[in-house]
Amino acid sequence: MSPTPVLSTRGLVSGYAGSRVLDGVDLDLAEGRVLALLGRNGVGKSTLVNTIMGLVRPMAGSVTVAGQEVAGARPDRIAGLGLGLVPQGRRVFAPLTVAEHLEIADRAGRAGNWTRQRVLDLLPRLGERLRHRGDQLSGGEQQMLAIARALLTNPTILLLDEPSDGLAPSVVQQVAEVVQEVCRAGMSVLLVEQNLRLALSVADQVVVMQKGTVKWDVPVDEFRRNRARAEELLGI
Amino acid sequence: MSTDAGLRSRGRRLPLRTAVLVAVVTVLLLLVPWVFGAFTVMTFTRALVFAVLAMSVNLLTGVAGMPTLGQAAYFGVGAYTGALVGIHWSELGVVQLALATLAGVVAAVLTGPLAIRGRGVAFLMITLAIGEIGYTAAGRLDSVTGGTDGMSGIPPVVVTPGGSGLVNEGLIYYYVLVVAAVSYAAVAVLLRSPFGLTLRGLRDNESRLRSVGYRTDSYALAAYVYAGGLAALAGSLWASSQRFVAPGDLGFEISALALLAVIVGGVGSMWGACLGALLVVFTRDYLGQQLSGHAPLLLGILFVLTVYLLPQGVAGGRAQWRRLFPKDHGGDPGTVTPT
Repeated sequence: MSPTPVLSTRGLVSGYAGSRVLDGVDLDLAEGRVLALLGRNGVGKSTLVNTIMGLVRPMAGSVTVAGQEVAGARPDRIAGLGLGLVPQGRRVFAPLTVAEHLEIADRAGRAGNWTRQRVLDLLPRLGERLRHRGDQLSGGEQQMLAIARALLTNPTILLLDEPSDGLAPSVVQQVAEVVQEVCRAGMSVLLVEQNLRLALSVADQVVVMQKGTVKWDVPVDEFRRNRARAEELLGI
Repeated sequence: MSTDAGLRSRGRRLPLRTAVLVAVVTVLLLLVPWVFGAFTVMTFTRALVFAVLAMSVNLLTGVAGMPTLGQAAYFGVGAYTGALVGIHWSELGVVQLALATLAGVVAAVLTGPLAIRGRGVAFLMITLAIGEIGYTAAGRLDSVTGGTDGMSGIPPVVVTPGGSGLVNEGLIYYYVLVVAAVSYAAVAVLLRSPFGLTLRGLRDNESRLRSVGYRTDSYALAAYVYAGGLAALAGSLWASSQRFVAPGDLGFEISALALLAVIVGGVGSMWGACLGALLVVFTRDYLGQQLSGHAPLLLGILFVLTVYLLPQGVAGGRAQWRRLFPKDHGGDPGTVTPT
């Protein structure tokens, strides 16, 4: 029996100013699993994440989180249901220090096991940079801070939008370890990624998108076996 | 630095250098009535009132990222309320200040939901419209405001029950100085609170704040109401110190000058906004009078010089100096390690 989906989309249509980017996306993220969302640039991966999070208003379709319909709901309500977002490009608050980032996320978040100390134990580099502003951090540190900010809201589902973008290989490895750790802690992860090696190292399930729709939704082992299909869809 | 200490860093003590600077500025401000003549003291009084208004503008523009041209409306609400309370009910300063602030808060609660629907230029235009409505209403509501003739006959403000009214320029200056200092402290406390932290997040990236779980509209409205109350408090000080209120006191020019003070002082910095207010008022009322009433020209020059020489205002001058003449700061927070 397949695990219960904690996040589902059905026939999700979304886009910007009348332009359809998503054209009926069906997706299921199972509890405690890592779903890697792959696809070439411009197929709608980030739009899907932002639509799920409520930052982009869907034109049609449904998004359910733990059985509750949230399509079109405000981002703060969706966050309150247990979705945490690590956005593309990190988007840390430039003028706030690391300590202030943690405080702001801690205050907004739900009660849970992810305390500031636990997050700093997982991401010790941040502990050394507490008094530094967001724009004074390296790219890797900003990525860790964006992850810390999301974890402190105590999500049950973590949405990671291209966390390895522009990072050195050693930092990408740290990101992979963090994803595995939060997954071991029971969190479900939707990972949007261009870095195939990172995605396959942590994923249980792989979904490939093309032109705003899901073209292939398979367990990671099957993705690895069917290299011809992967090459056809991803151009690798 | 331990992790715990870092997480508590917001509660750290005032650095010695800052404490000394605060003490020096306090002494200098206290000496003003003893050193200068009546006209200069009255100019300082106007500058202090304007500093409170500039803090209100800066709270929205510099801290929450919502540039406003409408704070003169709440300044006017406070000025007329303070004046009416003084004339009809109580000459006690604290009563006038409290009721004026309350009136400003009520006005901001009523108009705020409309204003915060927009951000950026849209917010600026809505607040400009609110300011113009306030100005027009003040001129037309003859029975309440005295219309374009203004409201005179405001009695001298009384500090303690049964005390005599403040008519001496120096005493009025001290009254305004104390209220301005308390206002500064109230704003400083707000900015150091979690609410202030959230406002800074709102300025930097609202959508990110929403996705963390914040209802950002509520925070924007709360900031708007707080700023409205502060502007009204400044208005009450204006009525007490000038003992005359007219529609011109809540015109576009006042909002624009308050915004100019914030830009000159340094957007986001409260002490910068106060210093900017001092510079703007002295340029307009003191230098302008010395140079045959060329105050608008002087203010224009002040603005252009600030934009070219100190784009981050006076408060940003120190950071600019550090960038132009960098020193070796081992372990400085500005150090960025490679990715």
